[in-house]
Parts: sequence; structure tokens; C-alpha cells
Amino acid sequence: MENLNQILADALDAVAASESEAALDDVRVQYLGKKGALTALLKQLGNVAPEDRPKFGQLVNEAKQQVQEKMNERKASLAAAALNAKLAGETIDISLSGKGQDVGGLHPVTRTMERIETFFRGIGFDVASGPEIEDDYHNFEALNIPAHHPARAMQDTFYFNPNTVLRTHTSPVQVRTMENNQPPIRIICPGRVYRSDSDQTHTPMFHQVEGLLIDENISFADLKGILHEFLNVFFEDDLKVRFRPSYFPFTEPSIEVDIMRTNSKGEESWLEVLGCGMVHPKVLEMSGIDSEKYTGFAFGMGVERFAMLRYKVDDLRMFFENDLRFLTQFK
Amino acid sequence: MKFSENWLREWVNPAVTSDELVAQVTLAGLEVDEVEAAAGAFTGVVVGEIIAAEPHPNADKLQVCTVSDGAEQFQVVCGAPNARPGIKIPFAKIGAVLGADFKIKKAKLRQVESFGMLCSASELQISEENDGILELAENAPVGVDIREYLNLDDNIIDVDLTPNRADCLSIAGIAREVGVINKVDVTPIAIANQTITIDDTFAVRVEASEGCPRYLGRVIKGVNVGAETPLWMVEKLRRSGIRSIDPIVDITNYVMIELGQPMHAFDLNNLTGSIVVRMAEEGEKLLLLDGQEIALRADTMVIADEQKALAMAGIMGGEHSGVSADTQTIFLESAFFAPLALAGKARSYGLHTDSSHRFERGVDATLAAKAMERATQLIVEIAGGEVGPVNEVVTQANLPQANQVTLRRKKLDQYLAISLDKDLVTDILSRLGLEMVEVNDEQWVTVAPSHRFDIEIEADLIEEVARIYGYDNLPSSMPTAAVNFTPATESKTPIQSLRATLVAQGYQEAVTYSFIDPALSKQFFPEIEPVPLANPISADMGVMRPSLLPGLVKVYLHNQNRQQSRVRIFETGSRFVGDVNTLDELDQKHQVAGLIAGSRYPEGWYHNNEKADFYDLKAHVEALFELNQGEQPDFERADEVYLHPGRSAYVLVKGERVGVIGELHPQLAKALGANQAVYVFEIDLNAVLEAKLPEYQQVSKFPEVRRDLALLVDRPTPVDALEKVIRENAGEAFKKVAVFDVYQGQGIDETKKSVALGLTWQHASHTLSDEEVNSAVTTVTDALAEQLGAVIRG
Repeated sequence: MENLNQILADALDAVAASESEAALDDVRVQYLGKKGALTALLKQLGNVAPEDRPKFGQLVNEAKQQVQEKMNERKASLAAAALNAKLAGETIDISLSGKGQDVGGLHPVTRTMERIETFFRGIGFDVASGPEIEDDYHNFEALNIPAHHPARAMQDTFYFNPNTVLRTHTSPVQVRTMENNQPPIRIICPGRVYRSDSDQTHTPMFHQVEGLLIDENISFADLKGILHEFLNVFFEDDLKVRFRPSYFPFTEPSIEVDIMRTNSKGEESWLEVLGCGMVHPKVLEMSGIDSEKYTGFAFGMGVERFAMLRYKVDDLRMFFENDLRFLTQFK
Repeated sequence: MKFSENWLREWVNPAVTSDELVAQVTLAGLEVDEVEAAAGAFTGVVVGEIIAAEPHPNADKLQVCTVSDGAEQFQVVCGAPNARPGIKIPFAKIGAVLGADFKIKKAKLRQVESFGMLCSASELQISEENDGILELAENAPVGVDIREYLNLDDNIIDVDLTPNRADCLSIAGIAREVGVINKVDVTPIAIANQTITIDDTFAVRVEASEGCPRYLGRVIKGVNVGAETPLWMVEKLRRSGIRSIDPIVDITNYVMIELGQPMHAFDLNNLTGSIVVRMAEEGEKLLLLDGQEIALRADTMVIADEQKALAMAGIMGGEHSGVSADTQTIFLESAFFAPLALAGKARSYGLHTDSSHRFERGVDATLAAKAMERATQLIVEIAGGEVGPVNEVVTQANLPQANQVTLRRKKLDQYLAISLDKDLVTDILSRLGLEMVEVNDEQWVTVAPSHRFDIEIEADLIEEVARIYGYDNLPSSMPTAAVNFTPATESKTPIQSLRATLVAQGYQEAVTYSFIDPALSKQFFPEIEPVPLANPISADMGVMRPSLLPGLVKVYLHNQNRQQSRVRIFETGSRFVGDVNTLDELDQKHQVAGLIAGSRYPEGWYHNNEKADFYDLKAHVEALFELNQGEQPDFERADEVYLHPGRSAYVLVKGERVGVIGELHPQLAKALGANQAVYVFEIDLNAVLEAKLPEYQQVSKFPEVRRDLALLVDRPTPVDALEKVIRENAGEAFKKVAVFDVYQGQGIDETKKSVALGLTWQHASHTLSDEEVNSAVTTVTDALAEQLGAVIRG
């Protein structure tokens, strides 16, 4: 008996001391193998008193099982340690940058334009586009701006010949849409527009998004509602907005929309952001829409101005210099 | 229009502050651009009189003056050359404050004591003028505070008037608006018909009666042009941005600002025969007041005498016929020129005057007589003279007719989404001066006053009601519209996806001007005549771009010159090719263009800065086409002046050229200043966005079989020719071919290259046997050998 306990203790010590799978195998052979110490004890069963034999046999088997379990455990722990050691050797510097391309980005004008488009698409407006080199009729005449109208001086126009211009607004797209469709019309027209003006606050090319909604019973209240809500959504703010009478030949009444801005000193001031109005009956009629049956409103905004306000850009000309140090700020 | 607030308040004086007044008129549609004080915020300056002026004992340029403030006399050292005994001047006494850090104290100038300062106009911030001390009128009351005397506690208000509100280009007009807004009465200036003291007249003949339906003339004899314009008038004119010239010119300007009627005065001695209002003869010369001689066109109306043109009607007078220092007898003109006759004319001569500004927009056609009397009254008061009778020539039929305009209740309610009280609407319209012909529950029938010639249609009346009621007081709502699907086609890839794809490849979007330098255009496209602008902003923005590439290359150079060595940019937009005179055929197609230069990857630790090349760019282009599963492009060697002949290709879809891709020609790149290879592409946006609806194909359950081939072919043989032969000969189970190696150089014939291809087969309904695949391979290799001379390698 003492012999069994001694052998078991030795075997467990040997298992614990094994530092490799090979060493463990030696231990297995030494104690559990055909000539192993515990196996040998079973062979001596004949020397045990018959009444003690079952008990002795059971003890030896339990000892063998115990050794086997410890060996399994030891083997697993050796494998885990080996794996850990291997993985530890594979350690990398996770602070290094990733491999491959970095992403570019959209121009802030496009980013702003897409944002504006998203809002209006969301309330059922379609996006329409048209040519940038336009005829006088679509850019002016059809918008109630006959030749020599003082309003033409409000927009310094680029000409190709007396009848062909670079569009001064995206309104000709509205005209073309009205010519080809009957109400309800709900469109926005984003795009490049041109005026021959170049200084600190004007570039000869800039972007507009204009919109047009024509249906039965469209009112001034609808115009106010949509545009105020649009401004709130665009600037993510509950803005103070005022609607101020103005003049555009293609709308009557005409309106300019100002928002209240607060500067860093906490001073408030109004800033004009939108022009709009109820579509002039003559404009509807000229494009074949019954102005008795339908009313509508139109609006227009300068995309650069919205981008400047939104992203705090203080120099309009930056938009067209295309300096990567500027552009990459809008990723 | 700029004007003095105090002047306005002489006409109408509601109980509102300056700030409130400014907000009111802005919200009524007369947008105030700027408000500035009429003078600096100084104190302690009074009207003084120089009693004596002696030379300074120790300084050549200084004088020692004795100045009276009416009660006491003070010794003041002054450096102004115009300081002399007898003149009245602004006198800043000890303790006066002229600015934040500018307090007048007792001082010693070159050992002589000085008690105060004599001020120039600029020191009082009245004007920029700084030539000596300001000389006040002879009758200026000595001792009175200068602010009070010059009425300096005033604001200069600058309103930016829209073209439809020409009726507000005068104090009278703005006063009318302010009166309506505040519901207070306007006190117009009293104008009586002047007493006729002589019967001198000068004949007037109006030939251009359409352009000049009304012309009034009057002779005033014996005027004193040397008389001084009173200070109150000089100051009011100054606050309207007009300089004082002589009393006659000042008075015509004054009446224009006050009433809105531009006028002109001729020196009668310079007129021959009679006044003739006619169209100019083509090429007729006229020396204008501003000193420039112009050749008139036949579409321009002139005021002439029997010999020659004297003035451009309603725009500018002539140098030789105007009032001068010698003038004694004047012929005063007050006329109505039709807006259409003057529209665009001043501008076409490069001119813009206060007069042309008003006549183009429209002047009240009934105003001329009133203005004539007002101007006569002021001339007699200030410059004296004997007044002759008014000679008026009218062509009634050409005068604007009063318009009857009806406002319907149902339209008003529908437009404004509110039903305003009938009396309120009637009151607003009446206060605006509209005559009520008939008012009932259905409508208001009105006639607009002569100064509101802009009111023509019902919508104009709706605007007037809305404006005076207040836009901000009108209701606001969201429209309820029928729910409506917008088309959502899958046959077109959204441009947003295209942009996102490029952005994911590291491209930054650029936006360049649509007009470029014609010389740059020629460098890229010598055979394209770009579309020229008639009035470009500058020569280097003279033509419309025939391609987006010159602009992108400029952007590259801008950034290269700012130490950005790795550039990836793209742009979308129109290009313009063709004849602008046949607009319908002009190509304004939208393009997408890109440019890459520099290393393949951003600078990093994992690569050795290998440069991106043609194949990087090609992958980007292919990715754009793959986006949409539509027609995939073919590439064909390109022949373009601006591209590297060996490293450029046309992009073809269904056999049609839709774009180019390639390396910028090294010679051009060098000429433009590029310091490395630049790769560009440009493709018709529609071609690349055309999409195909995906259609499901059964996925085979049977295994794929792959065989690799290494082929030796002649170097010039394009790999896609091999691929084509393979596809045509590999049988129905053939799936795909991939090129996994291309090699030329050591170890193989120098006229050959080795191409390694992996071919994959998979059958839809059974597992392919070795025999089937081997037979397919044999067919393929035979065809390759026969058609392209390809030899299986080792």
C-alpha cells in the first residue's frame, strides 16, 4: 500500500515536472507502460490476500487514471504555453498605420449641394438639370426679364453672342421643366451659374440650387413653411428667420429670407441666405401653365454661401483654388 | 440711394427711433444697406470767428489767430493757410473732444500759447477733405454749437432699392412709404407756382415724342452763378453723396433727390435757334460734361439745338451747353423720358448717372411741372433771376396711362392662405395711394397713382397688401401634396456612387472654372476651336473648356508647387465643344475626369514609394464601369497630342469612344512645369453611369477545374488578343481566364514575352472529366498557335 502511494506521488511529481510532450511520454512509459511501475503493481496482484484483491486492484486503477488525467492536463497546458510563446513572438506594433489607400473626399460645394438635394428629395422633389450655355429666351425672356430690363444689370452676364449666354441662374432649368410638364411640378435645379463679377466676395462661377413647386392652391404660407423648415434642418438649429419683401422679375411677391446670426462677440445680425417668391403669373403663362388654376413658388440659394456658413469658410475664393490643404478638410 | 434721416423727418416724422425706422423700411422692401453718422461724435466745437491773424514769430507756416466765440476772445495757433480775419470757422475750445483720445488742451506751439483748435472738415469727420480749416457761411451764428448749426446729429441712410421701386428714389418717395407703414401723415414741401416776371421763352420742338412724351422748359434771366449754395443744401447733398458744384447744378440735384425728378440747366447763350428733342445721327459727336467725347448711335435720344446735339437725353449734359461761371441766363429743363427709350442706353456707352438710373427705372410722368416750380423757387431764392413762363410740349398719347387693376378676394385668400379683413385691405391699398374705383366682398377695383407705375397686375396688389401687412405676420404652413413616387431607375447609376468610388480610391474632388485660358486649350487640343466668351472676365478665362483635363492639370500644378507630391483629384462637369451659334448642336456633355501623380500609396512604412502608373489609373476607370454591371469598356491605343503615344488609350463602349486614359505627354508635362509623370482620364459621364439590371444566373453545384498555361508570344501581341482567342475556343463550360504573370527579358527570346494564364472551367450539370478539360485545353492551345503564333512554354 505504502508502495502504491509512493509510486503515485512520484508519478504525479514527474508529470508536473515534465517540460515537453516527449518528457511526458517518458513519464507515461515509466508508470503506465507495459513495464511501468503502476502496471507492475497490478502484476503483483497475486501476492495480495484474496479478500484484499478487489480493493487493491481498484486503488491501482484509480491511481493510473489520476496519472493519466494529470498527464492530459499537463499536455494541454504545455500546448497552450507553446502557442502563447509562438504568438508572443509574432507580436506587431499595432500603432503603425494601416496599409493601402487613404480615402479622398468630396468638394465642400458638392457636399453641401448633396445635403440640400437630400432634404428636398425627402419631401418629394425631383432633381433636374439643363445646359449651362443657354439662349437668351430661357435665361431671361421666359423669366419676365425682357431686353434692357434693369434687372439684367443686377446680373452681369457672360455673352457668346447677343442671343447666347452662360446661364446666370439655374432658373432656365425650371423654364424647360415647365415647358415639358404640367403641374404638379416639384423640382430642384442644382448647378453651376456664371456672372461676370470677380472680387473678394464674388467669383465669376458659383453654384446654385433653385427649387420650384407648382400645384393647385400653393400659397405664400407653404413657401414660408418649407423654407423655414429647410433652413432649420440644414443648419441643425432652431433659427430666427425673417421674410423680407424684395424684387425678382420672375416672382410676385418676391422675398428675401434672412437668418439671425450671432458673432463671437454675441452681437446679432441678419444675414440674407435665400431669394424666393410666388411664381409670376406671366412666367407660368409663357411656359404654358394656366396661372388661374395653378400657383407656385420658386426659391434659389447660393451653395457657396451655405457652405461658408456651415463650415465657417471665410474666403469664397478658396472654393476654386482647389488647394488640397483646403479640400482635405472636408473629408 | 443715400439720404439724410433728418431730411426725411422734415417730411414725415413717426415716433420711432432710427433703428426702428431702418428695420421698418427694410421689412417693407427698401433694404437698408448701411447707416452711418453724418459726422464724428465730437463735442465742444462752436462757430468761431477769426478776428485777427498774425504771423507766428518762430514758424513760417503757422499763424497766431485771435478767435472769438461771441463772448470771449482766444489766442489760437493755426497751421491752415486759409486762416484769415473775418471768416467763420469751427472752433474746438479747451475741453472739446474730437475723438476717443483727442481732447483739446492748452498747448504751446513754438513758444506761443494756444487755447483751442480751428478744425477742418475731416477733423469733424464730415468729409475726407483736409485742405485747410472748414469755412462756414458768413452769417453763421458765432458761439452756437457746430453740431446744432450744421444739423450734425443725423444719420446717413443708404437704401438698396430694387429696380421696381423707382418711386422711392427720392425723399418724397421714401416719406410716402414711411407714412404708409406708420399710418402717419406726410407733409410734402409746399410748392407754389412762381411769379412770372418776364415773358422770355425759348422754343422747344420734340421730334422723338415716343421717347419724350413731355418736355418743359423755362428761361430764367440774370441768375448769379457766383452766389453761394446755402450750407443746409450743401450738407443735405453731401449726405446724399453729391458734391456741391454751383448753385444752379446744386439746385437741380437737390430737386432730384427731394422729388425724384432729374433736371438739367443749359446756358441760354450757348443755345442756337430752339431746343430739339430728337434721335442722334449715327456717329454724331458730343463732348460730355465729364470731359469725354463720344460718338452717338442713332438709337440714342439727344437734346439738341438747331445746330448740334447738346446733351444725351436723361443721361448726361454736354460740356459746352451747361452752366458755367459766366452764365447769366439759363434754360431749365424738366422732362419725362420714357423708360424704354433709355433702357440700357447709358450702360451701352459705359455711363451711369443719377439721372439715367431714375429714368431707366421710371420717373413719375406727372412730376415735371412740380419739379420745375420747386427748382425755380430755389433758384430765385439763392441765385436770384427773372422768371419766364414754362413752355411745355406734351404728346398725350405717349404718356403712360393709369392702369385699372382688380384684386379678387378669392385670389388674395388663396395666395396668402389667410382671409384679411376687407377694411384692412382697403385701408392698406388706399394709404398706398391707390384709387378705389369699386370695393365689394368679391373684389377691389383700383387705379394706381402715377408714381406707382410698377403696379400692373393682380399679383402686384397681393404683394402690396402682403408687404404692408408684413411678411412675418402672414401664416406659415407645410403644404399637403399628394404622395408621389419619384422614379427610381436602376438603369442609371447615381452619380453619388461614382463619386464615392473615386473617393474610396483616394481621390479628392476639385471644382474648377468652366472657362480656361485659350492658350492652354490649344496646348492640349490644337485642332479644337474652343467656344469663346464675348466678354470674358480676363484673357486667361477666355474660352469654355473643351475638356476637364486642362483644369485638372492646373490644379495638380498648383498643389505640386505647394509641396504636395502625391495628388489624386477628380471633377465632374460639362465640357463644351462645337459652334455656339448653333446652340442645339453644341456638345455640353457631362464628363468625369481624374488625375493621379506620385506614389501608389500614401507615404508609409510598408512600401518604398513606388509610383502609381497607367495600370493604377486603369483599375480606377474599370472600377467605375464595374459599379453598374453595364457594358464593360474596351481600350484601344490612343493618338492624342497631349498624351504619351505609348501609354494612352481610348475607352470604348460598344465600339464607340467615350473617353481617354493615359499618361500626360512628357513634353507637355514638362512645358507646364510638372516634375513627375501625370496620369489622367476623362470619360463621358452618361456612358459610365449607364447601368444594367442584374439578372440571376444559376450557381453550378459542380467543382471548378483550373489549368495554367505559360505561352510565348511576340512582344507586341496584346494580352487581350490571347484572352479573346481563349474565350472563343474554350468550350461551353469555360468560365474565366486570369493573367497571373507577364515576363520579358533574360531567359527568353528578346522578341518574345511570356504570358501565364489561369483558365477555369465549370459545367452547369456535371463534374468535368479530365478528358473533357484536356480536350478543351488542346483546342485552345491549337487556336492560340494558329492565330497568334503562341507557343506553350517548357
